[in-house]
Amino acid sequence: MFPTATLVNYLHLCHRKLWLHANHIRMEHTSEAVAEGKQLHEHAYPQRTERYREITLDGSVIDFYDPYNKVVHEMKKSDKMEHSHIAQVQFYLYLLQKNGVEGATGLIEYPKLRQTQQVSLTEEDVPMVEGWIRVIEQLVDSEKCPGRIAKSKCRSCSYFDFCYVEELPE
Amino acid sequence: MKQPKYLFNAGRMSRKDNTLKFTPVDEAGVEEQPRYLPIEQVGDLYVFGSLDANSALYNFLGQEGIAVHFFNYYEHYTGSFMPREYLLAGKMQVDQTKHYMTAKKRIEIARRFVEGAANNILRVLKYYNNRDKVKDLTEAIVSIERLLVSVPTTTDVPMLMGIEGNIRQTYYGCFDAIVGQTFCMDGRSKRPPQNELNALISFGNMLCYTACLSTIYHTQLNPTISFLHEPGARRYSLALDLSEVFKPILVDRLIFRMINKRQLQPSDFRSEVGGCVLKDAARKRFVQGFDEQLKETIKHRALGRSVSYRHLMKLECYKLQKHLLGVEEYRPFKAWW
Ligand code: SF4
Repeated sequence: MFPTATLVNYLHLCHRKLWLHANHIRMEHTSEAVAEGKQLHEHAYPQRTERYREITLDGSVIDFYDPYNKVVHEMKKSDKMEHSHIAQVQFYLYLLQKNGVEGATGLIEYPKLRQTQQVSLTEEDVPMVEGWIRVIEQLVDSEKCPGRIAKSKCRSCSYFDFCYVEELPE
Repeated sequence: MKQPKYLFNAGRMSRKDNTLKFTPVDEAGVEEQPRYLPIEQVGDLYVFGSLDANSALYNFLGQEGIAVHFFNYYEHYTGSFMPREYLLAGKMQVDQTKHYMTAKKRIEIARRFVEGAANNILRVLKYYNNRDKVKDLTEAIVSIERLLVSVPTTTDVPMLMGIEGNIRQTYYGCFDAIVGQTFCMDGRSKRPPQNELNALISFGNMLCYTACLSTIYHTQLNPTISFLHEPGARRYSLALDLSEVFKPILVDRLIFRMINKRQLQPSDFRSEVGGCVLKDAARKRFVQGFDEQLKETIKHRALGRSVSYRHLMKLECYKLQKHLLGVEEYRPFKAWW
């Protein structure tokens, strides 16, 4: 299985999350966060839909691609800029390059923060992305579920209850 | 927020856009004012009266992931309409099956369910043992504790089931001491339950079973592969396994509380050839009591926040999943308050 952008994102967040997601152990879709993210995509910039295409490359979906300027737009509802977001967009740029689009760039928008983040993929970045792909493949193939990460980072994760529920001794 | 809906009256249900339309029909066949239930507020449907519905409705319910549980005139659970699974995970399915197929792995989980049930039974008995109105239960408590100790020595499921049967018998032997002034247990009778208390236990157990079933449905666990009960004992036998752990706390405690508060009295029952049944108003009260019990919250020590009893069931599924995936050993939920 070729990794998806979601897995690249999770690789930089938590290996257990990556493993669970890849094995289809996912939390119910009732989560408000999911609905919120969807709404963001539908309503944040309606006037732009003309310019953008949704494209699927090797199993990953780029929601907003501007083919004229060769720019990948990614919107994040989170109120924190994360390294994993950049990694995800770099992976999109890698996929574009792999499929014959040279010199594309990325722009991450954080509507809640009113900030944007430029992303590019240099020649040196390519082996790095390929390294991610190998690690993801290894993790996904592994029988064993990776361990938890530091609890403070887990609070907003949809797997929180799954990971932390246990019976404490009396 | 999705909530279970209970249909006590007979009537007709249909789809009206994104709403369920329920038209109650009285005994003379006259239609009453319809009620509308927005679909996003509907959890499971519990049908106690006769329900008239067409396949378009079931298609809609299936698409929305809403289960329907049916009870007959005698309050016996007759079956469920379960929507198609939507959370499938190949690895989870394979691991669950492996744990069933391997005798050693299976008994380890089965023992945990019995242990969980016994611990929660003990919690209930110890609570009532401290009440001055209740006859001394110490003897029963000691013998259940002794049976519990022998659980790890069981080498196969029938042997374990034997111990579980003894625990349950000792436990039911205490019911007269707890509510004997109002009701008499006179041994556990099912199919049909011979008296009021037995009717309550059977009915409550079925409510607990359906709640567990719905919870399992919203996970990647397969509800038909079980460990303590033989798969096929009932269609969704994993729900039987899971409900063992919760029945003492959710069902039995509720029964005792409602009887002792005189919310359920002998006059609330009707004796029929088919067994003993709750009258309409009392049935409603009991179902509401159970529903409120599921919504009640407790502070979860491992998660550090309040969770409802219904969510405790979900958490139990997570622990079981982690066991099956080899993440950590399953330890059953044990009431600690
Ligand atoms: S809760 Fe923490 S350990 Fe578990 S998947 Fe999420 S981030 Fe990883």
